[in-house]
Amino acid sequence: MSKEQKALFSYHVNQTELELIFQGRFVCFQDSSSLSRVIEIVQKGQIKRVVVQTKEVIGWDSSLAIILYRVKKETERAHIPIIWKERTNGLKRLVELAFSVDRKPPVLSKKTSSFLEKIGETGFLVYQSCCAGFSFLKKVMFSLGRLLSGRAVIRKVDFLFALEDAGYKAVPIVSLISFMVGLILAFVGAVQLKVFGAHIYVASLVTIGMTRIMGAIMIGVIMAGRTGASYAAAIGTMQVNEEIDALKTMGVSISDFLVLPRVLALTLTMPFLTVLADFMGMIGGGAVGVFMLGISPQEYWKLSIEALSLSHFLVGVFHGLVFGIVIALCGCYYGVHSGRDANSVGVSTTKAVVSAIVWMIVMTGLITFACEVIGV
Amino acid sequence: MTNKGQIIARHLTVGYENFDLLKNVDFEINEHDIFVIMGGSGCGKSTLLRVLTGLKEPKEGEILIDGKNFTKSPPTEKEKLMRRFGILYQGGALFSSMTLAENIALPLQQYSDYGAAEIADLVSFKLSLVGLSGYEDYYPSEISGGMKKRAGLARALALDPEIVYFDEPSAGLDPISSRLLDDLILDLNQSLGTTIVLVTHELNSIFAIGNNSIFLDPKTQSIMARGDPKDLLKNPPTEQVRLFLTRGETKHG
Repeated sequence: MSKEQKALFSYHVNQTELELIFQGRFVCFQDSSSLSRVIEIVQKGQIKRVVVQTKEVIGWDSSLAIILYRVKKETERAHIPIIWKERTNGLKRLVELAFSVDRKPPVLSKKTSSFLEKIGETGFLVYQSCCAGFSFLKKVMFSLGRLLSGRAVIRKVDFLFALEDAGYKAVPIVSLISFMVGLILAFVGAVQLKVFGAHIYVASLVTIGMTRIMGAIMIGVIMAGRTGASYAAAIGTMQVNEEIDALKTMGVSISDFLVLPRVLALTLTMPFLTVLADFMGMIGGGAVGVFMLGISPQEYWKLSIEALSLSHFLVGVFHGLVFGIVIALCGCYYGVHSGRDANSVGVSTTKAVVSAIVWMIVMTGLITFACEVIGV
Repeated sequence: MTNKGQIIARHLTVGYENFDLLKNVDFEINEHDIFVIMGGSGCGKSTLLRVLTGLKEPKEGEILIDGKNFTKSPPTEKEKLMRRFGILYQGGALFSSMTLAENIALPLQQYSDYGAAEIADLVSFKLSLVGLSGYEDYYPSEISGGMKKRAGLARALALDPEIVYFDEPSAGLDPISSRLLDDLILDLNQSLGTTIVLVTHELNSIFAIGNNSIFLDPKTQSIMARGDPKDLLKNPPTEQVRLFLTRGETKHG
């Protein structure tokens, strides 16, 4: 950069006049100390007018504009006129443009609450979300009633798409994860059981563990992250695109049209996926039994079948069915209650997955307690 | 301001895999022009804008920006050229998780050497330019559609671009907000000398601010007319252009 192009910002005070002189090329210019001194002079109140001399400016960007903007702000506050001396009116026009709209924004209410108020507010929020959740559940139940009586507005193709997505498209991931879980379960069990020479019981450990609870839990977690999240994101995006509003104004029930096909699809597929997970987990356990512990495949299979009981199997499948309902309801609920921007869809999706997992654990506790009471 | 901002399109073919929207078109946008891309729905205006802004590759041809070949530049060079653009999308395209100040500060933090205090001043100045002084801490969800557009424009102007592209700036705005935005575009063009490229259907805006234009014809996949929109209205070269510029008025009223 040549010497004459270098940006130079100077000022002179002549009795009651402050002259600001800008020379050279002002690109990414920063001189906060000079600006602070100029502002200080204006604030002292002895200046009656400010002259801005930019005739020798040969190039500029917003860095010069903000200096003049700050000066203009101070002079406006002190009711001091500015005399502009420039070759063209570009800078003056730009700075005056920044002051042309004097519309103050409404004050954002930022309420501060005391500790007790915060507890109350949290309690009230929990109560409200419980009410909203039950109201949503009630709507879905009514939709189911309408479906059974043939009055629901539901497209068969939507249900089939949801069934395909939650069903056979999930088979590869479910198979892989369940196989690995069975393998890990057997491996961890084998390490301990080997100490007592009881490694033969690995087959029973894996079979009972997978069929009773582990298969269903693993599938639940996978499907909450895969399908539940997809439900929340898809319905949330429909909210952003005003598709939900369009359905509402057409008089179409959201729970009939969007929620029911998804809930039904996941509720129907989850028991089958649980059975698949049980089977794949047993194979995974078998791999450890055969290749690591030296048990023959026939013997491992025989031991597994002996350990398998109908009650364990049915309890596992029932868990899968309940988890299907929970995941689908959470996904759809947070999708329908999503905000109208990209960030809200992300938040809804996260909430859908987290709440589905939390509710799955709660339901597992309840089912386990019920099984204990009835002796299953 | 030492702006440039000349754009030359040479032998440009624009379209998708199976079909062309524009074939072998040439046009030139001069420095400090307010250039309007006009045409009926589906004629390829928005696709042409995507090509001009580097979001889509042309099928053939090239775009020169101040003599530099934008289309055939290597990615790093292309990115540098893209930093000389500001783009205002139809809905403002503000990041919903950030406040207006954070939205505008983002390009400044990424590509400028300014410190935090200067960035805060610049943000405040850019928001004042678009009439949103004091809205720094608002989130996009807390402001109206017209305000979102203006905040989007403040972000587009953050890095003092030489060229600002507008995709349907008046769409969805009431007549007063639309007029305010037109005035703002005109003011920015006159004070900053920025080259403005607009894709719009809004006749009021076209005549109020445009000083150069092209009219795209989907049938021949070419430019049907070019020049100052006011001149095109006075002497329309074809009946289609006349109908477009008069909102379909018949010759007898």
